[in-house]
Amino acid sequence: MNYEPPLSTADAVLRPPAVAGRLARDPKVVVAGGFILLLIIVAVAAPLIAPHDPLAQNLLTATAPPAGFADAEPGFWLGTDGLGRDVLSRIIFGARVSLTVAFVAAGFACLIGSLLGLMAGYLGSIAEAVISRLVDIWMAFPPVLLSILLVAVLGTGLHSVIAAIVVIDWTRFCRVVRTETMAQAQMDYVVAARAIGFTRAAILFREILPNVVPVLIALLTLEMGIAVVVEAILSFVGLSVSSDTPTWGGMIAEGRQIVHEAWWVLAAPLAALFAAVVAFNQLGDGLARSLDPVLRR
Amino acid sequence: MSELRLSITALSAISLRDGNRPILRRVSLMVDVGEVHGIVGESGAGKSTIAKAVLGIVPTQVRLTGGRIDFEGRNLLALSANDLRALLGRDIALVPQDPATALNPSRRIDAQMTDGLRLKRGLSARQARLRARALLEEVQIRDPDRVLASYPHQLSGGMRQRVLIASAFGLEPKLVIADEPTTALDVTVQKQILRLIRSLQERHGTSVLFVSHDLGVVAKICDRLTVMYMGKVMEQGGTAKVLSSPQHAYTRALLAANPRYDRPDTGLEPTPPEVLTALRAEIAAFDRGAREAEHG
Repeated sequence: MNYEPPLSTADAVLRPPAVAGRLARDPKVVVAGGFILLLIIVAVAAPLIAPHDPLAQNLLTATAPPAGFADAEPGFWLGTDGLGRDVLSRIIFGARVSLTVAFVAAGFACLIGSLLGLMAGYLGSIAEAVISRLVDIWMAFPPVLLSILLVAVLGTGLHSVIAAIVVIDWTRFCRVVRTETMAQAQMDYVVAARAIGFTRAAILFREILPNVVPVLIALLTLEMGIAVVVEAILSFVGLSVSSDTPTWGGMIAEGRQIVHEAWWVLAAPLAALFAAVVAFNQLGDGLARSLDPVLRR
Repeated sequence: MSELRLSITALSAISLRDGNRPILRRVSLMVDVGEVHGIVGESGAGKSTIAKAVLGIVPTQVRLTGGRIDFEGRNLLALSANDLRALLGRDIALVPQDPATALNPSRRIDAQMTDGLRLKRGLSARQARLRARALLEEVQIRDPDRVLASYPHQLSGGMRQRVLIASAFGLEPKLVIADEPTTALDVTVQKQILRLIRSLQERHGTSVLFVSHDLGVVAKICDRLTVMYMGKVMEQGGTAKVLSSPQHAYTRALLAANPRYDRPDTGLEPTPPEVLTALRAEIAAFDRGAREAEHG
């Protein structure tokens, strides 16, 4: 009974986990994150990368098919649309609008939604009741109709699209963060923090928030995918940016009309949209797994 | 009176969830400066409720219905939330029960230990970090830098409890509430942790309110103890005296239930039925008395 193990840290697993290293080993994060990084580079450097002016029309080379097909125009890798504009260049410039909306709209929705969610989840009573009822009422509106209505009221343009997405989608963050916060607030470490007299704000932001962040990041990347789709829908119905700025949604709308003569005008932006949304979803999934210290074991 | 650090007087509580069942029945106890006071009893005896009441973290389904908790002459139950917050972490600290859940899983030990030192002791980030390192050395952690850089799940249970003890005593409180601090640990680690608490307590002159269901543990560490059953104090006194000549039948039953290495054929005796009957009668009589006092 006198055996006592030496007081060392030998029984502890001791290498602090390098979060970056873990992320680099997750194939989902690497592939999806790499694709999104590529999209960002392409969007930022669009004028340098795009082989043609996305607005330059040439009716003589209209509806030329993508490279490799009969009658393809050299230099127009994804073919041209009904006005002879280069599809590849339009996709590249269209990424600018999609990504701007994705990051800005999802970012603000996340900020507003999670602040309200943290408050509702931890302060309880009145704050909880007011915010939760607000979310319930909000979510009763059909989202697409609401966004079209909002843009119609606010006027078209990038700002309106972003505002519409933020106004509608903050509830997603609010609900999830509220539930997660309530669960975390029951944990022993929160009780321990209360027992040493931390203020509510300190507990909320220092203790609870770090445990909500993994869920939040997953939700944020998912929301970016949703924002890309919503922007495309609004462009499709002509409520997004003005028609002289190329957008994927606008291209889909144009391509739809000539799909029988030139399928690539529809297929190319659809593929871009699809790839971007899948990448955002997969990245969210991978990040949630890699960032959660408990799942991380 | 000036020597008294903590004095609990006639503390009563009921459970709102369970038909207003009483869970503390006019409990009184005193903790002197530099004294370790143990509260023992089986689960449901109300030990933890007392600890939580002192810290102002009584769960919502429990309501304190009477009594007072005086800490150095101030009634904690009458303090405003802000005043209590100022006192907690500076004068009173907690060593929690389960080291597996009492540390924040998402934050490094470093951040968790320095938080208290910065917010409650006003240290700078650098000072706090140095202090945290010194504290870990004081609880005999050999490689404090690596522990500081770790997440809780990377440490063993005993390590985590050392971290929590270091955090609590590191705030240099006058009173430490230890709520079953060794229950979640295995026996060899338990011994080390008890020795650690005792040596820190002696070195800093801290008073400790030590809650446990384990008489063996309490006997090792406490100067005085309070034996409780169903929220009522059964017996109180110096540890040696209570253990060697228990006055109450329940204390004798508790002692008989404790296994003894020196007499392997004894111990593990269940509480005898006649003792249980007498206990229930005692509790019922007390409740009757309380009701009569209430109604006039």
